[in-house]
Amino acid sequence: MTLRPRASAASRAREHAPPPPLPASVTLAAQDLAARRGTRLLWQGVNLTLSAGDALVVRGANGVGKTTLLRVLAGLAHAEHGSVRWRGAIVAPHAQALRDDVLFIGHAPALRDELTAAENLTSLAALAAEPMTAGACSDALAAVDLAAQASLPARVLSEGQRRRVPLARLASTSRPLWILDEPAAALDAAGVRWLGARLAGHLAQGGVAVVSTHAPIDVPGARVAEMTL
Amino acid sequence: MNVNWFKYASPASFLPLASRLARGFAAAAVVLGIAGLAIGLVIAPTDATQGDAYRIIFIHVPAAWMAMLIYVVMAGWSALALGYNTRLSAMMAQALAPTGASMAFLALWTGAFWGRPTWGTYWAWDARMTSTLILLFLYLGVIALRAAIDEPRRADRACAVLALVGVVNVPIIYFSVQWWNTLHQGSSVSLTAAPTMAMTMLAGMLVMTLALWCYCIGVVLWRVQAIIVEREEGAAWMARRVPA
Amino acid sequence: MTDEVTARDPQAIGAALRWALARDLAIAVRTRGELGVELLFFVLVASLFPLTLAPDPALLRTLAPGVLWVAALLASLLALPRLFAADFASGTLAAIALSPRPLAALVSGKMAAHWLTTGLPVVVLAPLIALAYRAEAADIAVLVAGLALGTPILSMLGAIGAALTLGARGGGGLLALLVLPLYVPVLIFGAGAVGAVQAGLGGAPHLALLAAGLLAAAVGAPLATSAAVRIALE
Repeated sequence: MTLRPRASAASRAREHAPPPPLPASVTLAAQDLAARRGTRLLWQGVNLTLSAGDALVVRGANGVGKTTLLRVLAGLAHAEHGSVRWRGAIVAPHAQALRDDVLFIGHAPALRDELTAAENLTSLAALAAEPMTAGACSDALAAVDLAAQASLPARVLSEGQRRRVPLARLASTSRPLWILDEPAAALDAAGVRWLGARLAGHLAQGGVAVVSTHAPIDVPGARVAEMTL
Repeated sequence: MNVNWFKYASPASFLPLASRLARGFAAAAVVLGIAGLAIGLVIAPTDATQGDAYRIIFIHVPAAWMAMLIYVVMAGWSALALGYNTRLSAMMAQALAPTGASMAFLALWTGAFWGRPTWGTYWAWDARMTSTLILLFLYLGVIALRAAIDEPRRADRACAVLALVGVVNVPIIYFSVQWWNTLHQGSSVSLTAAPTMAMTMLAGMLVMTLALWCYCIGVVLWRVQAIIVEREEGAAWMARRVPA
Repeated sequence: MTDEVTARDPQAIGAALRWALARDLAIAVRTRGELGVELLFFVLVASLFPLTLAPDPALLRTLAPGVLWVAALLASLLALPRLFAADFASGTLAAIALSPRPLAALVSGKMAAHWLTTGLPVVVLAPLIALAYRAEAADIAVLVAGLALGTPILSMLGAIGAALTLGARGGGGLLALLVLPLYVPVLIFGAGAVGAVQAGLGGAPHLALLAAGLLAAAVGAPLATSAAVRIALE
């Protein structure tokens, strides 16, 4: 299947005082991608081209390989054949070019039980070379409704709260490529609206996003393509 | 002349080649083996110091050489598998491990039976014996790791890394008799100096080495055919194949 | 595995090392109990042997280096799963692999934290246990020097095994099978150094070889471990 995003009829809404847009070379493309699990192919013949401001929503039943597609695009896993291009150049898994630009949030929240929510968030941000000040950290946690849990060890957080901690990074990151695996699963209605607004802001600045989800996420004023595996 | 180095790089094209080669090497192994054993057990003279017990050298030394050589070859295929991300290189590495392990075990076993009459003990912790034992455990580790990882491509890469980490051990085995004063004698056979053993003994050992080499290549090619068929099940070319 | 794991920028390497070291040490401080158990294991194993033997001082003195080294080895082996297992299960390892920071440096930081929490306590405790084995001062000095050089090697080589066995069946047994052949040379030279001193020869050649092994491991082990971590995340 080949996908190109359809241009939205409405003009794109602009957020107030956005940072300067990212360079137009921000493109994610995949050609004839296939993934294997064991002896059989999960999916094959996947082609896509996303330019600055485009988003791709991936849907499909459980077990069909959505997470695998996202991991291949993020450079975590090898594809059986086919290639992924970022900024025009072919990137192998774990390529530096991809690691510099990607923000990947997977199923498993990358939390250590012994650290508090705030410590986990600042640690993850520092790991990604986007260090957060204490103020930015509390603002980010407040944005995902975790202000009260900031100094609690991650061990005592509920499943939904655990999944929201890495999402807090979306509040202040400047990575051009977002790859999010079922981010809405941990969010209530207000949270989904916040996520949609963040995505819209990211796309308006010229970023690219690939999101897998079961529930619909409303991203106001953006070019969103859909793919069902 | 343009050589296509990747002509046989796909399992589909390699399978018939492996089948033919395996038969050829098996035949060569039988012929050379008979010749080598004839020289070693019948023609070569009795040793002045060790009597007839030394004759186990005709199995022990070739087996030890094969154990080291196969590990290096396995590491080579592993490097190719990691570098070029090819399935067949990983399958070759997978096929080499059991044969290498049996060669290492054979070397240790025959060495023990040689040690009893000559050194008075079945086992001593000298440098070469210990490092060959480590080699056997490295082989077993590669085999065990492959069995423990379900996803075949992931297992390929993990075993490739393990094989490359362990290859450091092979020069240690080889040079151990030079670096340490151990029970093992120094090398009697070298590429640069004249051999210090009788010509018939040397000839027997070299013929047996070639025989064991052909045997190992034949067995590995025979095993890799089974691995290809097992792992490529479900591929389009497998459905079109006429079983040999 | 065609992408480089190291950056040429020493600042980047240092920053990555510090991140991993600080985080793992912070976590270790909060799981002090676990570390205490591992140390207790080392003391227990080393204490078992004299119970089985006649209390002959000369015999104990000869046995001391071997027993202590094997106990150190087993303690290191026991602590290895702690290096990557929790990060792997929680998804942190994927975040680490996707970080723009050099992976070899991040992995080195984890190895350093592992040694500080496992190897260094062994080095500190060993002289006390060696005294119980009637070891002389010269023995103890060489034993401690050997352990100080060797336990980092154990942490580094062990990390390769720990990364390779992530997500594999077979648990601790498989890890031991993979890692012990790599440990054996360290054991031979470390215990051999003390044996040489007890025999009246110097322990310097053995310690020099251990130092060389440490340097080689410091270069090679992070690269191999990084490759293994990426493979485990497939």
